[in-house]
Amino acid sequence: MATMLAEEYDFSLTQHGDEHVIKNSFSDALIFCMKQANTQEERARWMSLLAKAPNATLTHAVRNYGTLPSFVWLRRPETGLAMVRARTGGSGTQFNLGEMSVTRCALRLNSGEMGVSYISGRNIKHAEWAAVFDALMQSEHADRVADIILAPIGQALAERQAQITVRAEEARVDFLTMVRGENV
Amino acid sequence: MNAMTESGLLPAWNDPVHDAQATFRTVLKALAEPGLSHTLPVAVTAPTPLSLSSAALLLTLADLETSVWLAPVLNTLQVCEWLRFHCGCRLVADKADAQFAVISMPEPDLRLETFAQGCMEYPDQSATLLVQVPSFTAGPARVLSGPGIPATRLLHVAGLPPDFHQQWQENFVSFPRGVDMVFCCGDAMIGLPRTTRIQSEQPECM
Repeated sequence: MATMLAEEYDFSLTQHGDEHVIKNSFSDALIFCMKQANTQEERARWMSLLAKAPNATLTHAVRNYGTLPSFVWLRRPETGLAMVRARTGGSGTQFNLGEMSVTRCALRLNSGEMGVSYISGRNIKHAEWAAVFDALMQSEHADRVADIILAPIGQALAERQAQITVRAEEARVDFLTMVRGENV
Repeated sequence: MNAMTESGLLPAWNDPVHDAQATFRTVLKALAEPGLSHTLPVAVTAPTPLSLSSAALLLTLADLETSVWLAPVLNTLQVCEWLRFHCGCRLVADKADAQFAVISMPEPDLRLETFAQGCMEYPDQSATLLVQVPSFTAGPARVLSGPGIPATRLLHVAGLPPDFHQQWQENFVSFPRGVDMVFCCGDAMIGLPRTTRIQSEQPECM
């Protein structure tokens, strides 16, 4: 099984159709946005939840949240390709697993907080919402966002993981050797 | 209140792809018609003390493969963060390493030969200077000639050092090596490529 290395993502300069070319390397942009973060790990956790949110869950949660604050775009949503690198067996030689499309954006709420998102795929609305809630998580609305947005996402992801585990369990084969008595 | 808030970062373009294309077209025209002032066709948000046109040129020309040197007066935290975020370019400390240099006039010790000149085999490895000047109407009248100029053309750029004519002469004779310049003032720009000769310079007549 291939293990993806987060720090090895690198945006390649591919342009297709009207999509924008992503120029910065993934890690640079993240480091820039988070260099002042004293709760870096916490922010990484909620950014990850927002990025992985299933579409239906996120849409529903946003509807429950109500009016979203107004903001200015620092970087409008743009879709590009990221090369995913992996190691054979999780520890072997590195190789390029393949490219995936990534959409990113950055915005600043009128109250001053800056929100950033990187999501897989090309759902622009998802990227926008993820960035808005990233910014809101840094504001005094953090508790409300955690309850209404993050909690259902976490639950949905956990349920999906549980289903995967159950299905994997069903297909598990335990190899065992009958004791044949040689050692007796 | 919150360490994560980076409220200082400004946006750049409204429409990155098309605005950069329009700006590229403008600087192409500016360098093809030396001495003529061209106005930026798009709106851009620039952090002070960058002028609108030099900010737009950096957004258009600088990317993660490009090295940029900022004159000390422009080298503020806000400008550096803005460039890193929107261009992803490398900011270099040594001006000789820079492919693009941004300078703001008046700059007493502007020496053209201290920037990358390229070599005879690769004259394209020279620097392009984006020079912010206070005015395109004041200043001495310089008579330009060369490719892109039918006969002669008058260049009015204020704030250049007194020995600029001499420096440009040296830059001109070292062709194909030498630097190219784009003067930036507000949202306008004037190109001065290394192929342009400054024939004479009249003192400022007011």
